[in-house]
Amino acid sequence: MSTLEIKDLHVSIDTEQGTKEILKGVSLTIKTGQTHAIMGPNGSGKSTLASTIAGHPRYNVTGGSITLDGEDVLAMSVDERARAGVFLAMQYPVEVPGVSMTNFLRTAKTAIDGEAPKLRTWTKEVKDAMQKLRIDADFAQRNVNEGFSGGEKKRVEILQLELFKPKFAILDETDSGLDVDALKVVSEGVNRAHAEGNMGTLLITHYTRILRYIKPDFVHVFVDGQVVEEGGPELADRLEEEGYDRYATGAGAATIAAAQA
Amino acid sequence: MTEITTEKARIGAPSAQPFIDGFTEEGESLSPINAAASKAPLAGEAVKSHSHGGGVGIPDSSRAGRLTSYTLADFKPLTGLEEDWRFTPLKRLRGLHSEVLSGTAPTVTVSGPDRVTVETVARGDKRIGSAGIPEDRVSANAWENFSEATVITVPAEFEADTEVNVVITGQDTAAAAQHIVIVAEKFSKAVVVLDHQGSAVVSENVEIVVEDGATLTVITLQEWNDDAVHASSQQAKIGRDAKFKHVMVSLGGDLVRVTPSARFTGPGGEAEMFGLYFADAGQHLEQRLFVDHAVANCKSNVLYKGALQGRNAHAVWVGDVLIRKEAEGTDTYEANRNLLLTDGARADSVPNLEIETGLIEGAGHASATGRLDDEHLFYLMARGIPEDVARRLVVRGFLHEIIQQIKVPALEERLTDAVERELALTEN
Ligand SMILES: Nc1ncnc2c1ncn2[C@@H]1O[C@H](COP(=O)(O)OP(=O)(O)OP(=O)(O)O)[C@@H](O)[C@H]1O
Ligand SMILES: [Mg+2]
Repeated sequence: MSTLEIKDLHVSIDTEQGTKEILKGVSLTIKTGQTHAIMGPNGSGKSTLASTIAGHPRYNVTGGSITLDGEDVLAMSVDERARAGVFLAMQYPVEVPGVSMTNFLRTAKTAIDGEAPKLRTWTKEVKDAMQKLRIDADFAQRNVNEGFSGGEKKRVEILQLELFKPKFAILDETDSGLDVDALKVVSEGVNRAHAEGNMGTLLITHYTRILRYIKPDFVHVFVDGQVVEEGGPELADRLEEEGYDRYATGAGAATIAAAQA
Repeated sequence: MTEITTEKARIGAPSAQPFIDGFTEEGESLSPINAAASKAPLAGEAVKSHSHGGGVGIPDSSRAGRLTSYTLADFKPLTGLEEDWRFTPLKRLRGLHSEVLSGTAPTVTVSGPDRVTVETVARGDKRIGSAGIPEDRVSANAWENFSEATVITVPAEFEADTEVNVVITGQDTAAAAQHIVIVAEKFSKAVVVLDHQGSAVVSENVEIVVEDGATLTVITLQEWNDDAVHASSQQAKIGRDAKFKHVMVSLGGDLVRVTPSARFTGPGGEAEMFGLYFADAGQHLEQRLFVDHAVANCKSNVLYKGALQGRNAHAVWVGDVLIRKEAEGTDTYEANRNLLLTDGARADSVPNLEIETGLIEGAGHASATGRLDDEHLFYLMARGIPEDVARRLVVRGFLHEIIQQIKVPALEERLTDAVERELALTEN
């Protein structure tokens, strides 16, 4: 049983106009076996939270803490966090030219496990996982994300989730850009990983659609860099009907309805 | 890649316009010039006796106007201010531009299919001068001083199933001259590898004749020892419907300056020119290429990629592509990309595209010099891959695009390993 604990997190970024505070005191505790959904309008800081946990250098933590089983995550480098068991499925996975998927997956697995996987079983494991996510076998020879469609990129993120077996998975809008079939395939992947029983999940989304396939235990509503309301799965249903309007603090807060249009 | 500088242009202009409007990027020269010199890019005897390609009314900036001659005395002593020498540290040429090249030429050992003939010939051999005329003083100095040449001939219609390996091994560091002629006769098919090793101070002329319908790949590897100084002019004459591929790889040597050229002499020709260089601290690796679209309906594609690391690592890439008035239907693209791995390294990249006719399929160029992309590194590191491994993955991938053009598995492996060794140096 592991715990990822975020306490009063303040994050800012440097922009041309100066420093801009994006997260204004976020607290959240996720335990193995739990699924937390974070929902919020565009620009509310969801990706900022996800990227900060993963250690993206653009985000400056100005206050608060993140710990994994008591260990200071903020003191770790990006790769150390991943090896400690944090996995971020990115909203916009980047293309890495010249690096083949096969080579990338094996190198990452080796780094995470601290030893190279047995070639025979590894190859089979990758193949099976790809098949389940309905990723064409020839993707293994292609360069990381290069020329993949939006939906293909998301599947490949979940492929990695299944292969790397993290302690905590942060899924940043994994559902966006997916059609219904792909959404099912991807959700099944997350549920398979979850069913192994060693993972906690932070599911970031803008829409309630994915919550039909992945059942959250907790829902947190995120507006303007803060959690403004928390509850169980029933909160998601209410958001579906009412949108984010009643949390609106000013211009910029969108409604679910508007976002879905 | 985080692009520090970039320029890009693509013209698809099968219009009747005599010139292209608004094409004013740096490195362009679009004056409708030079009808006089635009005949025969290289024409055997006629040119031999009348050795100056240039003439009155030809702007200096045009590649068509460059002086060509077999006679050293026709080239003025170098000052370093010349357009084509302005990036080269002459002091480090070890006399290639100023001394009589009387040193022992590197030995040449050739192996390959039996039907490929290898001859050592004297200066008077009629095949000498069949594809090249020196275009600079260092090349002319080699032409004036070489004592014998190696002529490699792939006979007509012969398709070699293994590559021809030409190992060129430096003997000492007295300034020397070298001459090699490669002839791919009509409808033949072959891969020739020029494998430069050891220590040498040498100016080399390589003449390459790709006869009608032939398919020839020439791979030139510069894996010299650290003290080597090498200038290599590699001029190819490409016949009707012939395909020529040139792959240049420069890794070792103190100063290596390779000047490959591809000249089309019949329609339907294709030239692909690839280059890979990895400059370490103090190394000067220079590549200046020339594609001469002198006839209609030929295609060319150029891609050079370089990585640089360490103090005073210097790479130079100049890509001259000339589309002459008669070269209607030309399709050409050239690109150069550099990756700066550390501070203190410098890459100069100059694409020059001269277009004298608007009746072309397409012409474009791109040049970019940048550092490793932080987002690439972040993605890999977010998967647990340590930074040094991630950097290597990305650079290896960047250069692999060129290595995979070689298509000789043993050689690809050897170069992958060589790149790996270069990368291992970065971490120190
Ligand atoms: N590099 C940046 N430069 C300027 N502003 C930024 C940058 N990155 C994020 N921001 C700003 O920070 C705020 C939060 O952005 P973030 O991407 O975290 O929102 P989000 O909730 O993930 O939005 P979305 O639903 O669109 O994915 C936004 O106002 C955004 O414009
Ligand atoms: Mg986001």
